[in-house]
Amino acid sequence: MKDGDHKDGKAKDAEIHPTPMLDQLEDGPWPSFVTGLKRLRDAKGEQYAPMMNDLMGQLNHSYENRKGYWKGGVVSVFGYGGGIIPRYSEVAEKFPESKEFHTLRVMPPPGFHYTTEILRKLCDVWEEHGSGLIALHGQSGDIMLQGCTTENTQAAFDAINELGFDLGGAGPALRTAMSCVGAARCEHSCYDEGKAHRQIINAFLDEMHRPSLPYKFKFKFSGCGNDCVNAIHRADFAVIGTWRDDIKIDQEKVKEHVATAGRKYTIDTVVNMCPTRAISLNDDDTMEIDNASCVRCMHCINVMTKALSPGDDKGVSVMIGGKRSLKVGDMMGIMIKPFIKLETQEDFDDLEEFAETCIEFFADNALEHERVGETIDRIGLPAFLEAVGVEADPNMVNHPRTSSYVRTDDFDDEAAKWFERKARDAGMTVAGE
Amino acid sequence: MSNEKTTPRAADEVGVPDHHQYMHPVLEKNHGNWAYHDRPRAGVLRHVSKSGDEIFTVRAGTQRQMDVFTIRKLCDIGDEFADGHIRFTTRSNIEYMMSDEAKVQPLIDKLGEEGFPVGGTGASVTMISHTQGWLHCDIPGTDASGVVKGLMDMLHEEFIQEKMPNRVRITTSCCQINCGGQGDIAINVQYTKPPKINHDLVANVCERPAVVARCPVAAIRPAMVDGKPTLEVDEKKCVCCGACYPPCPPMQINGDDSTKIAIWVGGKHSNARSKPTFHKLAVANLPNNAPHWPEVNAVVKRIVKAYKKDAKHWERMGEWIERIGWNRFFEMTDLAFTKHHLDTWTGARKTMNQSAHIHF
Repeated sequence: MKDGDHKDGKAKDAEIHPTPMLDQLEDGPWPSFVTGLKRLRDAKGEQYAPMMNDLMGQLNHSYENRKGYWKGGVVSVFGYGGGIIPRYSEVAEKFPESKEFHTLRVMPPPGFHYTTEILRKLCDVWEEHGSGLIALHGQSGDIMLQGCTTENTQAAFDAINELGFDLGGAGPALRTAMSCVGAARCEHSCYDEGKAHRQIINAFLDEMHRPSLPYKFKFKFSGCGNDCVNAIHRADFAVIGTWRDDIKIDQEKVKEHVATAGRKYTIDTVVNMCPTRAISLNDDDTMEIDNASCVRCMHCINVMTKALSPGDDKGVSVMIGGKRSLKVGDMMGIMIKPFIKLETQEDFDDLEEFAETCIEFFADNALEHERVGETIDRIGLPAFLEAVGVEADPNMVNHPRTSSYVRTDDFDDEAAKWFERKARDAGMTVAGE
Repeated sequence: MSNEKTTPRAADEVGVPDHHQYMHPVLEKNHGNWAYHDRPRAGVLRHVSKSGDEIFTVRAGTQRQMDVFTIRKLCDIGDEFADGHIRFTTRSNIEYMMSDEAKVQPLIDKLGEEGFPVGGTGASVTMISHTQGWLHCDIPGTDASGVVKGLMDMLHEEFIQEKMPNRVRITTSCCQINCGGQGDIAINVQYTKPPKINHDLVANVCERPAVVARCPVAAIRPAMVDGKPTLEVDEKKCVCCGACYPPCPPMQINGDDSTKIAIWVGGKHSNARSKPTFHKLAVANLPNNAPHWPEVNAVVKRIVKAYKKDAKHWERMGEWIERIGWNRFFEMTDLAFTKHHLDTWTGARKTMNQSAHIHF
């Protein structure tokens, strides 16, 4: 990696900051970001080379002193309030060329698909206006164009905007979403992740570009329970693909699997690892699944990709309120909508409508700097459900409450509603309708 | 100067770009119509469509923070082998897709020549998801790219082969906000000292009530120092979370004496088998030793080795520990169990063993 195709020649040696600590990160088999930084630093005549020299100087300074030296500020582009992460150096007197080193968060296409043509165009823009350093991708899913001066920020944005890209979220706002590769290349996919991703984010773009929410709000889209984009932990609104009918079994392929992998191995890794003991292997090496017990965890399908696959009646579950530590501790999303069918345009519109209800609830009810999961904890799940128009469902809990401190005066009314709902679901007409 | 220069261009609010325009034609053609996949070798996936089409994917590791020359190099490789289409995984691996199996080995060879390791699929240790660190974050206690470079050098062999019991997801985070996320192994900065306050600056820089409200343990209160309004911290209450620092930079949480590293284990995103889990503390107070973080590296190596040796096929790290018990986990990894492993936060009781189940 050290002899990349960068432009020949280095800035005068005297001008180059020594980077003894960083230099040690160029050895070893893994590609080195330091080698990349050096290529930018040594790109003779490029506008960013001096900036990258000082950036490396500052980074090495951090390595020596074990401290970060960036502070935030306010930088944005015309018409937007968010999307730029401002960074000003606290050691600018030593490293003046990188005193401003802002990041443009740019929304990627769903599933992170690119042509080399469009990536090259992004590189060209970033070489002209920025540092030449790009992270693919940040932890929220953004293309991170890292290292822009305040002066160049508008021009850099204009250029990427003309390529068909837009800024992502930052601050108290709707954030950039992520989706897995999904239907594009995965047989487990239970819905069109990219379509849901684009429709929902694009419907609420104003909340991204002009931050006005109490705090961040993230959507993530995973095609199945394997949750490859980590939606349950990290999204305020996690959309996870699932199905309602039976797992599809190709019994001939089951037999082939048993014949190839072995009966003991199949029992150990498929039957015994089913979390709800829903699977058994018959004497003739066919498979039996008790679908009423199945929790759609994906394990057996992961192991036997040829023999087993999700059912046909597909849709999504929505889980709300996931986030990491700051500041009350970790929380995972709670199952709020066990199933939303997601096939027709009307289905997608229903999902969008529900998302809008949740964002409006968040905007109106969360305290400043409170994630929606914290709001739910503060007011209680029943109050949240009432606000977003969702009925309580046993799929929302691991088990019903254990504390007896609750007013149950209207228990009978609530029970009547449950039975009415069940009757309606069964196609019956309810009294009074 | 023309008027054009002084009139800003109005943004075209295009939002999320349409991915179909960039997608490999075989993916586009078979969108939503895939039948199954297998893995001919580590780093290579073969997806077969219900239409009978096949697509081979070769996955390779990248350094995530890339210079334009590296990206163009990856594009050159994409033009030569993959019809000019590429994609990235959520863990910053690059994927090349090809309908022609004959191109797979030459592409692997090419990636090898250019220094991009092929692997990261199935039961491997794949690329570490990580944060910005000293390179770009405003509150980092350590670096990210550097830590990851060192760890991936050490774990390289486990990236290029699939010899772990199940997939291993590692994350690193430069502060306790933990942007790196959950993982089978999560390597996070753990602050060990309350913030150091520059009382001269607080009144000018910080909205004091907002800072007080941020503290999860009500350890911050308004104060006067040298006649100036400022904030003070009840150091006995402080849990060193760093939440006060972003809205109030004069409350410096980072310091070369206070940024230690903690390693957490058993986090899992997937719903496969067991429900998703958070990671749990394995060891704290490891030194933040740039540029190689040898102490961190050594512990990660021990944990990976113990898991590899002892876990059953398809068991994720957390499931393995659940089975063998924490007793044996600490024994096998030669790590200490201390009072600091006992949760003291909201819901702590739910983390205790409220049964007579014990491991010896």
